[in-house]
Amino acid sequence: MSTLDQATELSPAIAARRSNPSFNLLALVSRGLVYLLLSIAAFVSIFPFIWMFVSSTNTAADVLTGKATLGNALWANIVTFFTTVDAPRIFWNSAFLAIVGTVLTLIISSLAGYGFEMFKSRFREKIFGALLLMLSIPFAALMIPLFIMMANLKLINTYAAILLPAIASIFIIFYFRQATKAFPSELRDAARIDGLKEWQIFLYVYLPVMRSTYAAAIIIVFMANWNNYLWPLIVLQTNEQKTITLVIQSLSSAYYPEWGVIMVGTILATLPTLLIFFVLQRRFVEGMLGAVK
Amino acid sequence: MAAQTKLERSEQINGWLFVMPALVLLGLFMVYPIVWSLWMSFQTGRGMNFSFGGFANIVRLTQDPIFLRALGNTFTFLIIQVPIMLVLALLFATALNDTRLWGRGFFRTAIFLPCITSLVAYSILFKSMFANDGVINDFLLASGLIADPIPWLGDPFWAKVVVISAITWRWTGYNMIFYLAAMQNIDRSIYEAARIDGVPAWARFWYITVPMLKPVILFTSVISTIGTLQLFDEVNVLTLGGPSDSTLTLSLYIYNLTFKFMPNFGYASTVSYVIVVLVGILSFLQFLVARDRR
Repeated sequence: MSTLDQATELSPAIAARRSNPSFNLLALVSRGLVYLLLSIAAFVSIFPFIWMFVSSTNTAADVLTGKATLGNALWANIVTFFTTVDAPRIFWNSAFLAIVGTVLTLIISSLAGYGFEMFKSRFREKIFGALLLMLSIPFAALMIPLFIMMANLKLINTYAAILLPAIASIFIIFYFRQATKAFPSELRDAARIDGLKEWQIFLYVYLPVMRSTYAAAIIIVFMANWNNYLWPLIVLQTNEQKTITLVIQSLSSAYYPEWGVIMVGTILATLPTLLIFFVLQRRFVEGMLGAVK
Repeated sequence: MAAQTKLERSEQINGWLFVMPALVLLGLFMVYPIVWSLWMSFQTGRGMNFSFGGFANIVRLTQDPIFLRALGNTFTFLIIQVPIMLVLALLFATALNDTRLWGRGFFRTAIFLPCITSLVAYSILFKSMFANDGVINDFLLASGLIADPIPWLGDPFWAKVVVISAITWRWTGYNMIFYLAAMQNIDRSIYEAARIDGVPAWARFWYITVPMLKPVILFTSVISTIGTLQLFDEVNVLTLGGPSDSTLTLSLYIYNLTFKFMPNFGYASTVSYVIVVLVGILSFLQFLVARDRR
C-alpha cells in the first residue's frame, strides 16, 4: 500500500491535477454525489423496516394514512394478534418445518456433495452435469405433478409433503462439492490407514473440519425454509398446520386488513432471520456467495 | 494388484452409496414430476380425466388472451426490472469497493438488509406503504414531486411500477454482494496503474471493472432472469395479479388454473412448460452473449 501511495505521489500527472482547483472541485462534487447516492440507497433500504416497527404501534387507519410516527396501539395490536390467531402454534409450525427441513437437507445434500467429490465412481461427472442442468427447472413446472403425487400419497396437509421434495437440494449438493475440493485428502488417507470406515471418516473427520461450510449452508437453507410460501400455500390447507408466512399473507388479503396487527405478525416472521443476520453476518454473506466461488 | 481392484470397487460402492439418497429423492420429486408434467401438457380434460389432445393446448395458448397478458407482463418485469437492478447493484458495489469511503460497513449492511426479509413479509410492507393515502404518497406530495396522490395498486401502470420497485428493493443488495466479492479479487494495482496513466473513473469502470466482472454479471443476470420468470409471491400478496390482470405473471396464472378455477392440469402444465422453455432459451442466450464478448 505504501509503495502505491509513493507512486501516486511521484506521478507528475496526478500532481498537476491535484494542484488544479477545478479538478479538485470536480472530485469533491463527485465524492459528494457518491455519498448522496449511498445515503439515499441506505435510507430506502432501511425505511420499510422502520415502517414495520412504527406501524406495529399504530392502528390500521393510521397505517393506511401514512402515519410515520410511533403510536400507542402496540399492546392492543399484540393482544389482537395473539387472540385472532394461535400465534405460538404458528410460530412453532414455522420453526419445526425450518429446523427439521434444514437438518435433513444438510444430511442428504452434504453426503451427496461429499460423495461426488471424494469417490471416482463411474458416470459421476455425467450425473453431476445433469444435476446442474436440473438446477434451472422452475418450481412452477413441478408444482402440479407434485401436488397430484402428494394427493395420491395422502400427504396433503402433512409436513412430509413440504419436506420430501425439498431435502435433496441440488444447490446445496453443488455447494458442498465445491467446498469439499478444499478438504485435505491426507486427512482421509490417514483415517483410512487407521482403519476407519468411509461413513466414520465422513462423520468424525469431514464433519468437524467442514463446520464453517455447514454453518453457512445452515443459514441459507434455514432462511429458504422459513420464508417458503408457494408450496406450503398449496399443500397446507388447514389452520392447525399453517406457517407464519401463510398466516400474515392471509391476514393481509382481508378486505379491510388490520395493518397494525399484521405488522406484529410480520415482525415475528422477520425477527429470526434478522437475528441470524446480525449475529452471524460474515457467515451469512459467505453462505450467499458460496455458489459462485 | 488385488489391493488395487479392491480399492477401485470400494470407490465405486461408496461413491454410489453417498449420493444415492439424494439421487433417489431427486428422481422421485424432480425428474419424475418434470417428465409427468411434459406428458400432461399434451393432455386435455378436467381434473384427473386425461385424454390425449396433441397440440390442442399449444393452440389454446396462442388464443388465450389471459396467457398472452401474463406472458407480456412477465417480459415487461424481466426487461425493465433486471437491468435496473443489476446496474444499481454494480454502481453501489463500485462505490463501496473504495477503501477510502467513510462508512462502508454501514452502507453495505444497510443495502444488503432487504435480502433477509421473506418475499411475503416485504410485499406486505410494500402493500401498506403504497396505499392510496399511504406514506409513499404522503412523502411525494409533501416533497412536491406530485400534485395528486398516485393510485398505486389500483392502476394497471402504477401497479407494475410498485411490483418492479418492490423486487428491486429486495434483490439489489443481494446482487451487490456478488459484485463486491468479485471486485475484491481484482488486483488493485491495475486500477492504480490506470489512474496514474490518467484514465478517468468512468473509463476505469467500463474498461476494467465490467470486463473483469463479466462472469459474475452473467451469473447474476441468469439467476435474476430465472427468478423473474417464476415471479409469484410478490404479485400474489401485492395485487393478486390485478388490476385487470396487469400484474398477472405466468406462475400466478398456473396457480390460478390449477388451484383457483376448476383444475385443468393439462393446460396448466403446458403453461408451466412455457416457463421451462423460456428459462432454457434465455439462459442459453445469455451464455452465448457472454462468450461472444470475450
